[in-house]
Amino acid sequence: MALPSPPETPKESEASDALVSVRATADAVNKASCVQVQGERCVLTGNWNVQALAVKGEVRKRRQALETAKTSTAWDLSDIGLLDAVGAQLLWQYWDQKIPPGTALSSGQQALFEILADHPIEEALPKGPTDWLSWLRAIGVGLFVALEHGQKLLLLLGGFVLDFAKFVVHPLRGPWREISAQIYRVGTQALGITALVGFLIGVVLSYLSAQQLALFGAGQFIVKLLGIATVRELGPVLAAILVAGRSGSSITAQIGVMRVTQELDAMQVMGISHGQRLILPRVIALAIAMPLLVLWTDAVALFGGMIAAKLELGLSLQWFFAELPDAVGITNYKISLIKGVTFGIWIALIACHFGLRIEPNTESLGRGTTASVVTAITGVILIDALYAILFNEMGI
Amino acid sequence: MQQEAPIIDVDNLTTAFGTHVVHQDLNLKIFPKEILSLVGGSGSGKTTLLRQILGLDRPRAGVVSVFGRPVHDYVGAERIALTRRWGMLFQAGALFSALPVFDNIALPLREMHNLPEDLIREVVLMRLSWMGMTARDAALMPSDLSGGMIKRVALARALALDPELLFLDEPTAGLDPQRSDEFVELIRALHRELGFTVVMVTHDLDTIAALSTRVAVLAEKKVLVEGTLEEVMKVKHPFLDAFFHGERAVRAFGVANPKEAKHGKS
Repeated sequence: MALPSPPETPKESEASDALVSVRATADAVNKASCVQVQGERCVLTGNWNVQALAVKGEVRKRRQALETAKTSTAWDLSDIGLLDAVGAQLLWQYWDQKIPPGTALSSGQQALFEILADHPIEEALPKGPTDWLSWLRAIGVGLFVALEHGQKLLLLLGGFVLDFAKFVVHPLRGPWREISAQIYRVGTQALGITALVGFLIGVVLSYLSAQQLALFGAGQFIVKLLGIATVRELGPVLAAILVAGRSGSSITAQIGVMRVTQELDAMQVMGISHGQRLILPRVIALAIAMPLLVLWTDAVALFGGMIAAKLELGLSLQWFFAELPDAVGITNYKISLIKGVTFGIWIALIACHFGLRIEPNTESLGRGTTASVVTAITGVILIDALYAILFNEMGI
Repeated sequence: MQQEAPIIDVDNLTTAFGTHVVHQDLNLKIFPKEILSLVGGSGSGKTTLLRQILGLDRPRAGVVSVFGRPVHDYVGAERIALTRRWGMLFQAGALFSALPVFDNIALPLREMHNLPEDLIREVVLMRLSWMGMTARDAALMPSDLSGGMIKRVALARALALDPELLFLDEPTAGLDPQRSDEFVELIRALHRELGFTVVMVTHDLDTIAALSTRVAVLAEKKVLVEGTLEEVMKVKHPFLDAFFHGERAVRAFGVANPKEAKHGKS
């Protein structure tokens, strides 16, 4: 009834003396041989702990010595300095899983081998038969996984459309705060990096084309060249690639960690739909922020181009600015905005899709995030190509 | 009472995060081969103290010495040698989720280098067998394990190198009473045979009663009382009264007040 007595501190027992190094286990002395065969007797000396065995070639050396000593009838372990479970396991193999009769052991060593005897290990890890057709299977599995991705994405898109419809019908119940927070995170905070990259690309593009155009004396066409290229193609694609790398990866990782920490399950238990609270705000936020970022990138890239044109061709900033509306029609900006919205929705959906698929382990998290960014960027370029065909000759 | 040099010596430790002071001039000595339970309310800095001893956090003031030297003085190869002398069981297991059970336990052995793979395999299977698990369990991923299995695999990993010093953070939390008893029995048997030193953080009165040779109570930012369980239970303090003489304690110990019930005869 009363308190169970705590175990005795085995301060005096030989067990602990044999097993625990009080100081400096690492500098265990390795003598020439730790196995000495003397006729029928085999005397073991030195340290038989993991530190001593981890010296290069040590295990092999001792195994060879043990192999020759295998037939010994009397073993003497009393000269062993330190013996731990790893060393005991090494001896155990040569003893055929039992203590040979006539072995001199301290009580601690005896206890250790008894633990080994009480817990026999299974001989082999179960191994499946070799699969010769695994490559074929891998192709098939890859195909089905791709199909499943497509199906899940379609479902996700459908779910988003339904959620969005609900949002339009009951706008007051919408996750406004979350949407605004997301716009700040994916949009406002991306202004710096998109500006930097846009500016540099603008400068480089303008500088290179200026040299070529100057050859033909057609320097003033730089406005049209730069304007169309930036607004129609480079601005949207650049911004989308940056946002996919920046926000796409972060959305995937965030949702993935929510899976790992069971937050997704908690939401489900509370009846909070993932679609409403996680996917809808992110897709809406990116659909709003992305076209704005595209316009911003366009503007900064053109500004960079203007400066390079001034330095290279001597075209004044005012003239460039005045020429711009004629060179780049409003249609181009409309195309740019449409691309921005599409890319935004695509990146958000892909990021959420891969985020929700993450399994609760770190490797899956890494793989999912990579797959999300790669798929998002590849998709952006594919969609861009589709639009290029669709809007062929429009506004040029 | 103890003549030996302490294996861990916490000297006037002050830990603080920003303005939040967790430990103020905390002193604690831990001697070889004892099983010390760190007891204290939630947020009393038990796990933080473990982290300080392991060198994961830096003290604001004071020194934590392990094996006779300040823990932050071990650098490079010395730090690696130090880490091979201790093992830690984290509260949530901290198994590497990308590796199967087998590789989780084999990792510290492989990190020793030069140990042949077949010996590692046998040692890992032996540890698993100690924990009552089979070779089939070795192929499972941590995400497929139940809470109790995670604890056992984590203990097997902590014991992989036969450490001299074993840290247990809430070893029985989340285990059912039977598993918890088995766990206590396992630690007790291993301690008897291998003679390591155990530092254990726990709330579980049964575990404290069954295992500890000494108890240190953390409260008011320092070690309030330390001594054997009987000694600690005699001290008058609001936290100790609630902890050792509350309803749960009555259920665990079977006595309301050890002074009246002449506790100690098992």
